[in-house]
Amino acid sequence: MLFDYDTLKIIWWVLIGVLLIGFALTNGTDMAVSVLSLRVGKNQSERGAILSTIAPHWDGNQVWLITAGGAIFAAWPEIYSAAFSGLYWAMLLLLFTIWMRPLAFDYRSQIKSERWQKGWDIALLVGSLVPMLICGVAFGNLLEGLPFWQDADLRWHYEGSFLTALLPLLNPFALLCGLTSVFMLLTQGALWIGMRTEKPLCERAVRIAPYFSLVSLALFLICGLWAYSFDALSLVSRAPEGSFNLITGKSVQSVPHGLFENYLTHPITLLVPVIACLGIVLGAIEAKRGHIAKAFIENAVGVAFIIITPATALFPFLMPSSKDPASSLTLWDATSSQLTLTVMMFAVIIFVPLALGYTIFAYHRMWGRAGKDEHSEY
Amino acid sequence: MISETMVELSRWQFAATSLYHFLFVPLTLGLSWLLVVMEICYVRSGNAVYRDMVKFWGKIFGINFALGVATGITLEFEFGTNWSNYSHYVGDIFGAPLAFEGLMAFFLESTFIGLFFTGWNRFSKKGHLVVTILTALGSNLSAMWILIANAWMQYPEFSQFSPEHMRMEMTDWWGLVFSPVAQVKFIHTLCAGYCVGGMFVIGVSAWYMLKNRCIDFAKRSMTIGITFTLCALGAGGLTGDKAGLEITAHQPAKLAAMEAEYETQKAPASWAVVAIPDEEKMERRFSIDVPWLFGLLATHSIDKQVPGLLEIVQKNEQRVKNGAVALAALNKIRNGSADETDRAAFEDNRKDLGYGMLLKRYAQNPEQPTESEVKAAARGSVPSVWISFYSFRTMIGLMGLIGLLAAGAAFFLWYTKDLIKRTWYLKILVPAIALPYIASEAGWLLAEVGRQPWAIQDILPTFEATSTLSTSDVALSLGLFVAIYTVLLVIMVYLMVRTVKKGPELTPDPRKIIRAGETNAI
Repeated sequence: MLFDYDTLKIIWWVLIGVLLIGFALTNGTDMAVSVLSLRVGKNQSERGAILSTIAPHWDGNQVWLITAGGAIFAAWPEIYSAAFSGLYWAMLLLLFTIWMRPLAFDYRSQIKSERWQKGWDIALLVGSLVPMLICGVAFGNLLEGLPFWQDADLRWHYEGSFLTALLPLLNPFALLCGLTSVFMLLTQGALWIGMRTEKPLCERAVRIAPYFSLVSLALFLICGLWAYSFDALSLVSRAPEGSFNLITGKSVQSVPHGLFENYLTHPITLLVPVIACLGIVLGAIEAKRGHIAKAFIENAVGVAFIIITPATALFPFLMPSSKDPASSLTLWDATSSQLTLTVMMFAVIIFVPLALGYTIFAYHRMWGRAGKDEHSEY
Repeated sequence: MISETMVELSRWQFAATSLYHFLFVPLTLGLSWLLVVMEICYVRSGNAVYRDMVKFWGKIFGINFALGVATGITLEFEFGTNWSNYSHYVGDIFGAPLAFEGLMAFFLESTFIGLFFTGWNRFSKKGHLVVTILTALGSNLSAMWILIANAWMQYPEFSQFSPEHMRMEMTDWWGLVFSPVAQVKFIHTLCAGYCVGGMFVIGVSAWYMLKNRCIDFAKRSMTIGITFTLCALGAGGLTGDKAGLEITAHQPAKLAAMEAEYETQKAPASWAVVAIPDEEKMERRFSIDVPWLFGLLATHSIDKQVPGLLEIVQKNEQRVKNGAVALAALNKIRNGSADETDRAAFEDNRKDLGYGMLLKRYAQNPEQPTESEVKAAARGSVPSVWISFYSFRTMIGLMGLIGLLAAGAAFFLWYTKDLIKRTWYLKILVPAIALPYIASEAGWLLAEVGRQPWAIQDILPTFEATSTLSTSDVALSLGLFVAIYTVLLVIMVYLMVRTVKKGPELTPDPRKIIRAGETNAI
């Protein structure tokens, strides 16, 4: 095999990261545009114009989520198993709201009636805002640890059911993380509208973009400071090779300021949050100066590094357990077999650039500014 | 402790959501290629009526596609949310084709479908045709990957059990991809989709003929629809026969159940047209038989026997016993108390480990089952006869009927050329839209129910595959799924009926040839 097992596991941590960042930057932007269309567009025709800029692409962009899901299933089956079943209602909430997007996009313009379109606008708002929030809330909860554990039959369990499981996820820290996610994406969305629509729509959008950047930056820093106060898990040793408890056999300990352990032991990694902040700030400045495309790219870099920040803090943990620390999942023990990781690595390396290629082609072909009168046929 | 009710509710939820999803998939599969054919006609002839057809049927395609996408994500999620032990146990193999489906197929399909709808002004005629082809290719490739995954559930080779991880692990990727079961399933399912697409176009066109609206449009649409349906039925029949052979080879219990064969018949076995099976006593109360037919179909021979359920259950008793030994040895290996004989016992019996897991439902101590517990587990190792038997007959019966209807339409449309006057026949063709839908759903029911009690044939019992959720959680989510899905279906059907009633937007002078370089837009 090309790579040894441990190298592959690290490669996969990067690949899943790439897919999730791809999801945030493409589909996340679409969601933000959908939300903003209600504020920036003052009437149905303006809203139609804004939505027409993402109409050709939302569907392809949503595939980043489906693919990230599939890749986690294939590469980290234990994460798929433990996270999806443990976070049952959060996942279903995400699912129920995400349904609204394809339907709203496809059905909204089928009937030219005010009531019909308004109804789908609400569906689109819910289907965009809730997932944006949930994804951030999920990261917040990962940083805090989740109350799950593995039993002797290697089955996954999670504390509580329905509301007793769901409500604790909506704790203040996680909600702040959720808001960070919402605002960083809203900045992206506003800049997108700024790039792709005619006056006055683009002006309205560009005007609000820097405020969104500043809010997301502030929230990001607050979350960081707050996270500093947490005790978090540190991996002492992995389960020995050939052990029959490859997950629970590891040894972990709780350390004060644990989420900053990686950053403090390897200060070079501090570049990650620094680049995140720089990207956001530069994006805001460029937006003020009217260089929208530049601002969009800088903010996108900021968003990517905001996502890498908690991932680096957790490394090598993927999903720490607050209930039974040894049941925590790390990138070493949540993975599938070496063969599957190898095969799927090739799949990602071949098909993600290919998909990116024709996605860029699609954007290129549909590029241009949408005005009031442009209606999508869709 | 996993409650039986929770398991049942999880099964109902998955059955409901997957059958619901499969209401939209076949039309997407079929209509996508119908659009390609129509657009080729447009590009080659320049006759704008074909462009009107692509746009109109494309609109229908889009309405259907949206719900297909939405409900497809549900299924992906459910493997994790409701079948987490399944994900743990076989994610190493099953996850890979799912990821491939996203990477290779969904990206292609979804990127180009956006251009299909919005790109009329931005592409040349040929350029737009390429977009349509890539959309169709993407949707069909997605079917291939999910069927590779499903085929592995029916025929789980190319993998082995890992005692360290307590899961199945992939051993042969190319074997998995080129599994004979997967190939047959893929083509067979595509054919079903093409039938749904073809009959849909036929039915709607018939309705326009009845209403005496857009006759030229309807006739041309129907011509393509009929050709498509008849070809698909032929190929579907051939691959169906091949699928039958695969079942004979790998899933004898499914075969016996779908034929209600309890006693092993003398070769060549006769085929029951109808039967009243008695699931309790394991016998037929009544049946009408065609001699030889079953033997010929299932084995393509007159001398090979097809084992009946009674024989299979009896054979499975030994597998259950082996499974208990494997389970006991595995537990010893895992807790470190195994000696050489235990290891040897595990190696000898590991292929029947799944049957040991099946015992968990029937035995106090699955490692040392009593004789009656072994019998009960073996009895429980085969699927329900009623559902398998009648879903199979529904599928083939309706497909036969569809063949007659499509052939009749072809006769009246092309030979006697008076289909429009035969209103009685048109009135049959309209509701016939439902037939291939029912047949396709029946086919899926057979594929999945016929595999029970296994989630993975002979490897993982369905009741072992669930998540550890509370019964109330699953009951509530099932209720929500049914409620929301019903609302969504009503909206979609309303929109579709409205679109059909509104009819296509026809170009005023379609015969005017649109030359290269002229605008493609309306």
